[in-house]
Amino acid sequence: MSQVLDFVPIWTLILGMAVFFYVLLDGFDLGVGMLYGFAPDTASRNTIMNSIAPIWDGNETWLVLGGLGLLAAFPLAFAIIIPAVYFPVLVMLLALVFRGVAFEFRFRDAEHKTFWDHGFCYGSAVATFAQGVVLGAFIQGFEVTGRQFSGGSFDFLTPFSLLTGFALLFGYSLLGAGWLILKTEGEVQAAARRHGRMCLVGVLVGIGVVSIWTPFMSQAIAARWFAWPNILYLAPVPVATAAVAFFTWRVLGSASETKPFVGAIGLFVLSYVGIAISLFPMIVPYHFTLWESASSERTQAFLLVGTLVLLPVILMYTGWSYWVFRGKVRADVGYH
Amino acid sequence: MDLDPAFLSRLQFAWVIGWHILLPAITVGLAAYIAMLEGLNFFTGKDIYLRISTFWIKIFSIAFGMGVVTGVVMPFQFGTNWSRFSDATANVLSPLFAYEGLTAFFLEAAFLGVLLFGRQLVPRWAHFVAALMVALGTLLSSFWILSANSWMQTPAGYEIIDGRFFPTDWFKVVFNPSFPYRLAHTVVAFFVTTGFVVMGVGAYLMRRGRSVEEGRTMLSMTLWLLTVLVPLQMFIGDQHGLNTRDHQPAKLAAIEARWETARQVPLTLFAIPDDKAERNLFAIDLPWLGSLVLTHELDGEVKGLKDFPADQRPPVAIPFFAFRAMVGCGIVMLGLVLVGGWLRWRGRLDASPAFLAITQIAAPIGFVAVIAGWITTEVGRQPWTVYGLLRTADSVTPSLTGFDVMLSLIGYAAVYLIIYPAGLFLMLRIVRKGPAIAAEIDVEIEGGRPGAPVRAGAVELREGEVR
Repeated sequence: MSQVLDFVPIWTLILGMAVFFYVLLDGFDLGVGMLYGFAPDTASRNTIMNSIAPIWDGNETWLVLGGLGLLAAFPLAFAIIIPAVYFPVLVMLLALVFRGVAFEFRFRDAEHKTFWDHGFCYGSAVATFAQGVVLGAFIQGFEVTGRQFSGGSFDFLTPFSLLTGFALLFGYSLLGAGWLILKTEGEVQAAARRHGRMCLVGVLVGIGVVSIWTPFMSQAIAARWFAWPNILYLAPVPVATAAVAFFTWRVLGSASETKPFVGAIGLFVLSYVGIAISLFPMIVPYHFTLWESASSERTQAFLLVGTLVLLPVILMYTGWSYWVFRGKVRADVGYH
Repeated sequence: MDLDPAFLSRLQFAWVIGWHILLPAITVGLAAYIAMLEGLNFFTGKDIYLRISTFWIKIFSIAFGMGVVTGVVMPFQFGTNWSRFSDATANVLSPLFAYEGLTAFFLEAAFLGVLLFGRQLVPRWAHFVAALMVALGTLLSSFWILSANSWMQTPAGYEIIDGRFFPTDWFKVVFNPSFPYRLAHTVVAFFVTTGFVVMGVGAYLMRRGRSVEEGRTMLSMTLWLLTVLVPLQMFIGDQHGLNTRDHQPAKLAAIEARWETARQVPLTLFAIPDDKAERNLFAIDLPWLGSLVLTHELDGEVKGLKDFPADQRPPVAIPFFAFRAMVGCGIVMLGLVLVGGWLRWRGRLDASPAFLAITQIAAPIGFVAVIAGWITTEVGRQPWTVYGLLRTADSVTPSLTGFDVMLSLIGYAAVYLIIYPAGLFLMLRIVRKGPAIAAEIDVEIEGGRPGAPVRAGAVELREGEVR
């Protein structure tokens, strides 16, 4: 096929953005779900849940877009990666079902409120952990024969993937704490600041261990980061991470209501960039590059036309719906 | 026991989609109904429409929430269990799925929040627009997903290179031969399903003697709609059948349990099809009618299953019975609509306890028909995922063991068997409570962002109460 226009970089950007939006949006959403489990009373639980009730559905839609975007732009990667993480994906989906219905059920089903409270909190935690495991398994790479995953369905289970699972629990909770500081007041906000600092410690330990472990796992990754002159260009990433971490720690203790969330987002951006630097241009790590996994040009072109029109529109009206629900939440707003 | 990952994966897909489709079957119709009620309230200012809308929005929010989470499960099935199907068809099908996400899911999700929680936070027109957008989203979603499904039934606009499908003509891919019929048949089915639910709930409210006015409005509005849609649906179904005859003759032969190709074939009302012996047991046949129904000619030729190699035939009994269940539901629906129309003409719509009771019992009939129709068309497509081109057996993920799929199937079974009964229970509870009476609705929409100005909607509502 003639390569007049190469759509792969554009799709890499779009998909990368979609996945990052998912991580960010459902990240704070799931994080709020986990912190919910630590709320002391019904009133604060109501406040916490109402802070995300009108938007969680839209946040989760980015997961669908990420999955479908991967299928559409890089189908080979979809067909190899998803079977390789069969059980983490299963567990994530079932947990998301539980936490999703808990929004409606909890408030209408007074007799089983505790059950749905648990469903919401544990569902959020289990879904997060499963996503972290998927990330870890992805970085480690999969056994591939031809165009198919050829390993076993439990290959994903390694110390490394468990580590990334736990790290993400802290990561999403940090985002969740940032959101709650932004959206709530008083006791709930104060608790979020305390939890935020604990999570930040967990996140930094996670980032640190993963950063040390990954180069040992793959020579290519080690070379990418530590070979001359890369080390010079890439040094700002860890330096910036340290700076943002320090900033986040400070603002969690300050009076600022927006900066902790900004700090948490900053840490996610840097971690995301770090992983991208390690793996680029692989989309099925160590087997297929983005170009090798890409769908046909016609497919990418057909979808690109609509995406370039629709994505800005989506961002606009999604932004509008966030704007409608701006400001602080109260326990009695939203579900009553 | 030997666990076959392909068979278990099919069971799993049938399980997750079977439960999922029940939710669009109600939310597509309800979204449009709510948008209409919001519109009626916006343009006429009558608060009865607001009360009915507020009532259905509660039920909608539960159904929609369940629809979202069970829907998120679906695209991942293509990866987890059907990765070879994904690899083979992604170049053609994936944009359709992706467009569903881009045009429908975000639209629904963003405006749903405003529809559910924003009545006091946005102007009245914006709330109405939110209702419209949610309804539009559900229809766009139906459009894309049924286009993809139809392509699997009647593929077009593609070429095959090295066993994988590549697009050649997007218009032909999207508007493949069975798509217009399937889209019309399914969307009308969703509206009819919702119609019978709304009518049944209306009848219940009238029988119970509380919120009678709301119940009567629900019943009356919906009966008009169904008077048009039920006969229309039968016409569309017939057209869809002709389309199936042209493009998927083996499926049609299985639906009708026809083994021999022949003219002047009978219509088999009942039989026990025997796949091995290639014949029907205990058949009850009506002469000539088969040709008349399937070809619209008494002398028309209908292809039989023996024209197809045994390994290219669908199982016969399942589509045969499922189709009869669907048509049976359709006939009952038509009967109810005719009786209702007659009672209305005689001015006795609310004076017939028997009609109200039967209408109430018939509330879930659409779901039965939708599931039966879905089974007919999907089992009838077997043994293919892409009709005539890609076998189901060659679509499944090769790395999966039977044990893997059994575990996941148990997981899906357990979770769905918890959330569906719980969801149904909660929806029935809302029905039992009924629409808020006029004095309550004020409290109902109370509670906005602190300091938010009281919007025109709430003010007019209070005026409405005084009236």
